[in-house]
Amino acid sequence: MIQPIIKARDLQKHYPVKSGFLKPSQNLRALAGVSFDLYAGQTLAVVGESGCGKSTLARLLAMIEEPTSGRLSIDGVDLTEVNNKSLSKGLRQKVQMVFQDPFGSLNPRHKIGDILQEPLVINTGLNASERRQKALEMMNLVGLREEHFQRYPHMFSGGQRQRIAIARALILKPKVVVLDEPVSALDVSIQAQVINLLIELQQELSLAYVFISHDLSVVRHIADEVLVMYLGRPVEHSSKEVLFSNPQHPYTQALLSATPQVATQRDRQRIKLKGEMPSPIDPPSGCVFNPRCQYANQDCLTTPPVMELYNESRVACWALKQRRIGELKNSQTKSML
Amino acid sequence: MPLLEIVNLTVDFATANGSFRAVDSIDLSIDEREIVAIVGESGSGKSVAMLALMGLLPWTATVSADCMRFDGQDLLGMNDKQRRKIIGKDISMIFQEPMTSLNPCFTIGYQLTEVLCQHFGGRRRSYNNRAVELLQQVGIPAAETRLNAYPHQLSGGMCQRVMIAMMIACQPKLLIADEPTTALDVTIQAQILELLVELQQNNNMALVLITHDMAVVAETAERVVVLYAGWQVEQRSALDLFSNPRHPYTEALLNALPERAQGKLLNAIPGVVPGQLDRPKGCIFNPRCCYVQDLCRQQLPERQEGVLCHYPLELDLKPSRSSQDMVTDS
Amino acid sequence: MKNPIVVSKSLRVQQWREFWFYFSASKTAVAGLIFLIGVVLMALFADVISPHEPAEQYRQFAKVPPAWKDGGQIQFLLGTDYAGRDMWSRIIHGSRLSLLAGCVVVVLSLSIGVLLGLVAGYRGGWLDSLIMRVMDTIMAVPGLLMALVFVAILGPGLLNAMVAIAITYTPSFVRLTRASTLTELNRDYVTASKMAGARPMRLMFISILPNCMAPLIVQGTLSFSTAILDTAALGFLGMGAQAPMPEWGTLIAENRDLMLSAPWTVTFPGIAILLAVLAINLVGDGLRDALDPKLKRS
Repeated sequence: MIQPIIKARDLQKHYPVKSGFLKPSQNLRALAGVSFDLYAGQTLAVVGESGCGKSTLARLLAMIEEPTSGRLSIDGVDLTEVNNKSLSKGLRQKVQMVFQDPFGSLNPRHKIGDILQEPLVINTGLNASERRQKALEMMNLVGLREEHFQRYPHMFSGGQRQRIAIARALILKPKVVVLDEPVSALDVSIQAQVINLLIELQQELSLAYVFISHDLSVVRHIADEVLVMYLGRPVEHSSKEVLFSNPQHPYTQALLSATPQVATQRDRQRIKLKGEMPSPIDPPSGCVFNPRCQYANQDCLTTPPVMELYNESRVACWALKQRRIGELKNSQTKSML
Repeated sequence: MPLLEIVNLTVDFATANGSFRAVDSIDLSIDEREIVAIVGESGSGKSVAMLALMGLLPWTATVSADCMRFDGQDLLGMNDKQRRKIIGKDISMIFQEPMTSLNPCFTIGYQLTEVLCQHFGGRRRSYNNRAVELLQQVGIPAAETRLNAYPHQLSGGMCQRVMIAMMIACQPKLLIADEPTTALDVTIQAQILELLVELQQNNNMALVLITHDMAVVAETAERVVVLYAGWQVEQRSALDLFSNPRHPYTEALLNALPERAQGKLLNAIPGVVPGQLDRPKGCIFNPRCCYVQDLCRQQLPERQEGVLCHYPLELDLKPSRSSQDMVTDS
Repeated sequence: MKNPIVVSKSLRVQQWREFWFYFSASKTAVAGLIFLIGVVLMALFADVISPHEPAEQYRQFAKVPPAWKDGGQIQFLLGTDYAGRDMWSRIIHGSRLSLLAGCVVVVLSLSIGVLLGLVAGYRGGWLDSLIMRVMDTIMAVPGLLMALVFVAILGPGLLNAMVAIAITYTPSFVRLTRASTLTELNRDYVTASKMAGARPMRLMFISILPNCMAPLIVQGTLSFSTAILDTAALGFLGMGAQAPMPEWGTLIAENRDLMLSAPWTVTFPGIAILLAVLAINLVGDGLRDALDPKLKRS
């Protein structure tokens, strides 16, 4: 049986936050209980609005930070059992990241050639000409030319910088690439080019992607599975087809309804969410979505729901479990999506 | 008579590498109570054009136009004092980054009443009630207590609502919204856009929506102006534009959207928007156009029925696609 | 296929051209630069252009006024001092010492300051607090006074004066570097380097330091001019360069008694200090305008 490249079980990340001189520090629960499996060649999209914890998840997967609790294993190696340096070094090479801001993710004072060769300098024993060769190969792969080797980042456009960032991420031949909103800062026409590049590279190199985005139309195109998050908690996890044709959780439905579409009916009824996302330092008790949910009842206010399988989706929702949502769904929501 | 009339607006910037034409011959006329969207990618000049209208460009910019009239008054010939009477009162603008558009050193209430005081005179405190009214109009709960809040205490969506409140305080005839929801989450974006349309209808304003998001345009606008690298390539009603784009760039832009992908790969537009130093001869879109002909590479196109193209796309005039290799951006 | 080496040369030319465009926008900066270049040339070719030996005493020509006044001699353009030494020659040779002082001070304080600032910003915690408190202590005492204390401990002399002044300039470089480091530490490219496995040393010196250079260069230029002033002040107090070294401040010190009777002996060294410091400050302003990205217009 094929092992998943990433196995995450109940990942939690808390940050202590000082709240005054003599008061004890509060806990910011940035991530509360995320679990998933990711296989080679697959793309898991993590979707949610700001404050939902998707960037925190990215940092945990990229091993920039350690989870407060929960288990994470990458390519079969459980991170909690990793002690010696060489093992962690090898692991580090397996997961690489592409950042959101193409302008900030490249060192403005280094030439592109040096930026690309840096991971090789640190991790491999190749000599200068071998490194240069590898870097040029990688540049070719992402569609850049040899003459770009000696240039500085500010001489490139946003799309080109993202290509460079992708090249840098791939130069150590990772198995997983975490992409934190990689195309959000790009124009539509450049976005399409970079997305195509990512798809081609995934096919060629059998990469697993964790694709973090708030743009549902891009997610619909590129993802295999989608994980929807709200305030650090997962609310729905299913395959792409199921999520977009039959979203179960009220938040997912609202998110899809709010996303503007070109092929739209102008006067369609939208699901309107009241209020805004609460602060993660002081989340609502019970289900964190309850202040904004139209189906909230007493259970929702007291106990947090658990992810359970309904048809083909895993959803955390009391209304769904208690079948309060079924009747409304058929009549109202179909016309909203 | 249209509320806003711009003919042949051109903006040049003086830069280290010579003069740069950011906006090239834009024509725009907006009637009262109309919603017009100006769409373009980065480098299209959409923000620059509106900033030129407002007189907010730096000294390195040279603005020229055949005609720039608002409500019958000539904006070109005005001096700064006369312009200040109109800007902020009859024409207002909201910007992309709500958190940085508000002054972090002053409370919301102060900034709101300041605007009213500047345009209507009198004492600042006498406008407190009006400020509360405005905040309620834009949907901010507990408006009285919010008057004493500072911008950093509010979320992005709230700040944008406060900005909108400030900008409609003087009941402008024209509201320009420059990417008002780009920095906001999807659900908040939907709320803000709905608010803008509601205010536009209730206050009889004209609304100009500047954005790069075609989907937002499809949901909101009545008429659309498409800009590319400073050129105005197409101007049509929203319904017509989305069902039958007539300029190759508009068609390519719509096809590049993930929604319109057929198969695994998206229909990307090869190449990049030309910068200052690599402007092509002839039609500015010709290096990336899949319908390009020899004429396109040599001569500047004329505007035909709102479309700036030698061969506007139509059912009978559509030429065959010329072969263009997948040129990566260079 | 273009030869990459050729491409990079023209790239460098373009970068210098862009830098010059912003620098030359300020006419005063260019004027300062020209004057500075003149001083440097003067220092380099002092032996050639100087009409006399700086230490040569012409006993019969003591206290001769400048050439354009009554009693002046054409061979002593700016007059002579109490021992009959030619002022112009002494000033020319003094430029060497002043420029040397500026260089040594800036190099010393910059290197120590950058090192401490990087470590403080990167490590944080108790090390950061320790370094900053020490720097605060140094800054709390007036610079010249502190330099006097150090010179008193180390003994008078030009080299000791330079070291003492360098110590008093270090805190400003530490603070600048630390502030830049703290800003750059959160940038994505640093995170990306960490993900590639970069160790702290590499992160500090190769990734972060190049991005802190702009404010440091400006501060360095301004410190250069202040160093010349402070060296002159110490020289004037008799704690810096010792006579017969023709350091400009020492020149004023040794002719202190002649201030009223032979004013040219103190005025011209003073003017030399003034013009040199002014020129360097103007160049520093021009550099800041050229290097500060926020002011860039296009």
